[in-house]
Amino acid sequence: MQVRAEHISKHYAGLAALDDVSLTVASGELVALLGPSGSGKTTLLRTIAGLEVADSGVVYFNDRDAAQSRIQDRGVGFVFQHYALFKHMRVMDNIAFGLRARKRNKLKEAEIRKRVMELLDLVQLSGLEKRFPSQLSGGQRQRVALARALAIEPSVLLLDEPFGALDARVRKDLRRWLREIHERTGHTTLFVTHDQEEALELADRVVVMNKGKIEQSATPDEIYDTPATPFVFSFIGESSVIPVVVGNGRATLDERVIDLEVGTLPDGPAQLYLRPEDIAMVTDGGPGIPGLVVSTRRIGGMRRVTIECGLARHRIEFDAPAETPIANSQRLQVRVIGGRVYGAGSEGYETEKLAASATSDFKWAKAEGWLDR
Amino acid sequence: MSEAATAARRKTPRQVIGEGPRTRFVLIAVALAFLGLMLIAPLLVVFIEAFSRGLGVYLEALAMPDTMSALQLTLLVAAIAVPANLVFGVAASWAIAKFDFKGKSFLLTLIDLPFAVSPVVSGLIFVLLFGANSVLGPWLQDMGIQVLFAVPGIVIATIFITFPFVARELIPLMQQQGSSEEEAAVSLGAGGWRTFFLVTLPNVKWGLLYGVLLCNARAMGEFGAVSVVSGHIRGQTNTLPLHIEILYNDNKAAAAFAVASLLAMLALVTLAVKTMLEARFAGSLAAQRRH
Repeated sequence: MQVRAEHISKHYAGLAALDDVSLTVASGELVALLGPSGSGKTTLLRTIAGLEVADSGVVYFNDRDAAQSRIQDRGVGFVFQHYALFKHMRVMDNIAFGLRARKRNKLKEAEIRKRVMELLDLVQLSGLEKRFPSQLSGGQRQRVALARALAIEPSVLLLDEPFGALDARVRKDLRRWLREIHERTGHTTLFVTHDQEEALELADRVVVMNKGKIEQSATPDEIYDTPATPFVFSFIGESSVIPVVVGNGRATLDERVIDLEVGTLPDGPAQLYLRPEDIAMVTDGGPGIPGLVVSTRRIGGMRRVTIECGLARHRIEFDAPAETPIANSQRLQVRVIGGRVYGAGSEGYETEKLAASATSDFKWAKAEGWLDR
Repeated sequence: MSEAATAARRKTPRQVIGEGPRTRFVLIAVALAFLGLMLIAPLLVVFIEAFSRGLGVYLEALAMPDTMSALQLTLLVAAIAVPANLVFGVAASWAIAKFDFKGKSFLLTLIDLPFAVSPVVSGLIFVLLFGANSVLGPWLQDMGIQVLFAVPGIVIATIFITFPFVARELIPLMQQQGSSEEEAAVSLGAGGWRTFFLVTLPNVKWGLLYGVLLCNARAMGEFGAVSVVSGHIRGQTNTLPLHIEILYNDNKAAAAFAVASLLAMLALVTLAVKTMLEARFAGSLAAQRRH
């Protein structure tokens, strides 16, 4: 079933939790709502479920206005962050709850039992049907919650930070397992997360939200490679930000400590966003941005180096091979081989991806002086 | 550190928080002395005085027709007031804990009103409301309904006084539990009643029972408000507490204490049941927190 939210707005005590948000989830699609806390992602999910009522806007299930049906009849499977299992019921009764609450074509108790066993098998919890929720681990509880939501054969599956309360390893397992279930059952699925890794790994499409608005809605690859706004760039992955000035097709910092070709960006102040992999250390003595090492830390197989450059001591982080000896207070040169410049355009941001070749033309000899401040 | 030294240290557990043994002894002694003087001694006196003239006088006092009718009235009032407050209390806590609406905090304050107001004042309120010179009084008289100095007045006053017990017990519990289980039930297709009886009620059952017990204890023991509205008609509108006062004022101390011991027994039984429930309740609450 296709889910369409159109122009949804919702205010809490004068603050906009959702500000004219529109979102379409295609039938069978697995979509992640990603954003920091307070970005409105959970409010949007709950509005689609019918647990919240929007101030304005309409939610459509296929072409039917959802407001016309009671929440009980929407056929929404909702999974809560803290499971919301019925504490006083056994696993079996938890999962059967929705089947027993049915008004139309009620199932016989034997059929309900059969269905519950199938679902327990699906969520790999066979044999635990007699347990109470308090006798299960967090990961098991969340799987019971999912089985309970799937029991009513929902037209849409909505998950609110489903793995948020679990530890990292269980989270990883459940993620893979949720993906498998989705592929097997084909439910239209929308889930909320603040964990970018979870969103990028699990979803067909990621919708990044911030301050009650959708910043970007795209595939995981597009979100990472062509972030539409500075927010998306900095929210996804690691990033360093340097304020630059764009003029005559070049982005510069401090008398050209940094001087990059930026093509069609309009003149004016802009932000240069760099990921660690957009920076390379200059090892061949060629030109580069001079910097002073302020810290290094070991991250996996790489060494994450933080340097300061420019008059205002802007910090840039990049990765060097672990075996490269780099000490604090060391001077070195780096080269920009990627990254993105965001300038203020007429409609939001104009952005341009920097080519690796655009690292030329450092006035580095002149810049040497900056280090002797 | 050597193993022997480690073992020695383990043997003498050091109190990290707390006072020295002498201070602790003094504090505990003071607390026990106070408890004994203010609570245990009076309770013992009730029973000693009750049996001071022997078992015969004791049983005779209990068997008096006025005592029996007072006991019956007390049980009748409790049997009406407690279920009424059970329903009111559950409805009020459900509304306050699970929904947001204008005037919520006002309603919360209102529920506490019977705790804040002196019971005598509560009684007077009903005299003013239903008395002969009130707005409702003449109309009730025309209808032939006797409220004041009759059972309805006593029931109304008791309901008023005991209203907060159930609600006060349930509201914090329901607020702590939140609404997500109810939301889950509703999203699974359950209607309002089904959600209430299968999800909400089982989650608060221990707290509810506890609230009902306290409510019952107070309904049986209430003196001030009932005293004002009852009219003290022996054998008709005297509840047990009122009956005890009358016996005492008639210089029938042994009889008064005999009836008082009956009331005290009711209180002790209530406390015993409450303690049992608390142990049970604490367990299930802890389990819910673990959840």
